[in-house]
Amino acid sequence: MSVQEVLPLNGFTAEQSAHFRADHLLVAEMVKPGSKVLDVGCGDGDLLQLLEMRRVDGRGIELSREGVNRCVAKGLAVVQGDADTDLVNYPDDAFDYVILSQTLQATRQPRVVLENLLRIGRRAIVSFPNFGFWKMRLQLLIGGHMPRTENLPASWYDTANIHFCTIKDFVELCDAIGVKMERAEALDLYGRPLRLRLPWWVWNMFGEQGVFLLSRGGRK
Amino acid sequence: MGSVKSIPSPAISADERSHEVDHPSSQVARFGADQPLRLDCGVDLAPFQIAYQTYGELNADRSNAVLICHALTGDQHVANLHPVTGKPGWWDTLVGPGRPIDPSRYFIICSNVIGGCMGSTGPASINPATGKVWGLDFPVITIPDMVRAQAMLIDRLGIDTLFAVVGGSMGGMQVLQWTAAYPARVFSALAIACSTRHSAQNIAFHELGRQAVMADPDWHNGGYADRGLHPHRGLAVARMAAHITYLSDAALHRKFGRRMQDRELPTFSFDADFQVESYLRYQGSSFVERFDANSYLYLTRAMDYFDIAADHGGVLAKAFAGIQTRFCVVSFTSDWLFPTSESRALVHALNASSARVSFAEIETDRGHDAFLLDVPEFFDISRAFLQSAGKARGLTGKDS
Repeated sequence: MSVQEVLPLNGFTAEQSAHFRADHLLVAEMVKPGSKVLDVGCGDGDLLQLLEMRRVDGRGIELSREGVNRCVAKGLAVVQGDADTDLVNYPDDAFDYVILSQTLQATRQPRVVLENLLRIGRRAIVSFPNFGFWKMRLQLLIGGHMPRTENLPASWYDTANIHFCTIKDFVELCDAIGVKMERAEALDLYGRPLRLRLPWWVWNMFGEQGVFLLSRGGRK
Repeated sequence: MGSVKSIPSPAISADERSHEVDHPSSQVARFGADQPLRLDCGVDLAPFQIAYQTYGELNADRSNAVLICHALTGDQHVANLHPVTGKPGWWDTLVGPGRPIDPSRYFIICSNVIGGCMGSTGPASINPATGKVWGLDFPVITIPDMVRAQAMLIDRLGIDTLFAVVGGSMGGMQVLQWTAAYPARVFSALAIACSTRHSAQNIAFHELGRQAVMADPDWHNGGYADRGLHPHRGLAVARMAAHITYLSDAALHRKFGRRMQDRELPTFSFDADFQVESYLRYQGSSFVERFDANSYLYLTRAMDYFDIAADHGGVLAKAFAGIQTRFCVVSFTSDWLFPTSESRALVHALNASSARVSFAEIETDRGHDAFLLDVPEFFDISRAFLQSAGKARGLTGKDS
């Protein structure tokens, strides 16, 4: 299933598909139109803008002042806040979906954050860079240094990202806290979903990032 | 050591000031004995009047009205020359042609609050029952009282729902009170450098100012007007102290440092050797020219009493339960009078109420005063917020 094939059917024009990041298009596609969404770590608000086109009632939290100001300037409902400390203030079931896009690795307590996401939202959509990606493995194995990529260019000593994980690690965390995985996608280097139904170890090796639609499940 | 100059007498006479109190150079809405203003203290105030300014035109479906709420020492002259001081409007950076709040797009209303001294009924007005100035016989007023009076003015103007209510500091308190008291009448709310309650530190500073006024020998227990006096020294000191709280250490240092005023060596006296001293003395003396001392007591008291959560069982979120109003909350990094933490508490409460809220903290070293100054980032946010709210409201007209 490719993003480019699916999204025009879901109300996006080819132009919109070209304008927005492929992983954002995939996340937006996972959200039911008309629902209420909180985007945690919403950056410049690109995803929220995309969601608004789908008649989604979107809100955002963003740590950086510059990001918040750019969002408010776009007319988005975004507040300055920190996923690690502010999510506790949100009531249960406040949103249909809570999105954590490329932010999990920058949180101090990923497990607590993930639990909060599924308390505040009935569903959560989490995307993160996969440290099991073959290029990452190669950089550590051959280069002998902490991996750097186009999307994660910072050196180990000045990065905001402190909790990297692999797709396998994340799946294990979801199992540990009893989260149900409704849908899982791995994206390649260009942000395109790996099309085939592949075994986990292949995704873990060839997915540059993972995107997961989660819901509350019974503890296993 | 020579004699020390203290605060000079105001250049504008009490007569000129008191003329504006009852006969303001702006529009006035008068409410008769049949339309009393019910005050929180239990008194029905009647008759009373509200002085106000408007800019721009009300559109056909009456959907473009913006109410500007002024801060403690502001008034209705938000974007025109001030009739007493001759200076530009206090918020003509934000309000005016090409500004974020543009009269070509919105019908802009700004009223002098009840308790003020620029044409709305207050302690400097004539008490119709005695024919004398109210003075301390004027009932104590609250922020909700001010908003209730404004709502009567808005009714009088034939406006059901305000497109936006905008204000900073005490004006921001009024914005929040508007949304809590009349949620259905406020489409969007821009609350700047404010809080849902006045902090202990802020009450302490206000008490300092009030005590300065009351310590002035010309105050006469609030009865100075009948004696042709004005406690200008006490009021100037109150203003000087308050003014320091509006700034930041960094801003004061950048502006003045320890530089001397017109001299190179200290005079070894208590004259204003330092530039910062003469600046404060100027701020104090120019303030007393346009402001009434008793009004200052009443308005500071109104801010002190303000606490939205207290009116809702101590739970702030309850004040905004189910609210449809679009909020934009703005704070400034160096504001220590209404610090960001207060805005954040408000935003959390609004989030818990499921309200549509934006919140931005603007980086500046200019302190609380930043909301009145030329801060482009703040204007950009205000403009964008109002434009997107306008789109949602179906307001047409050119984007300024």
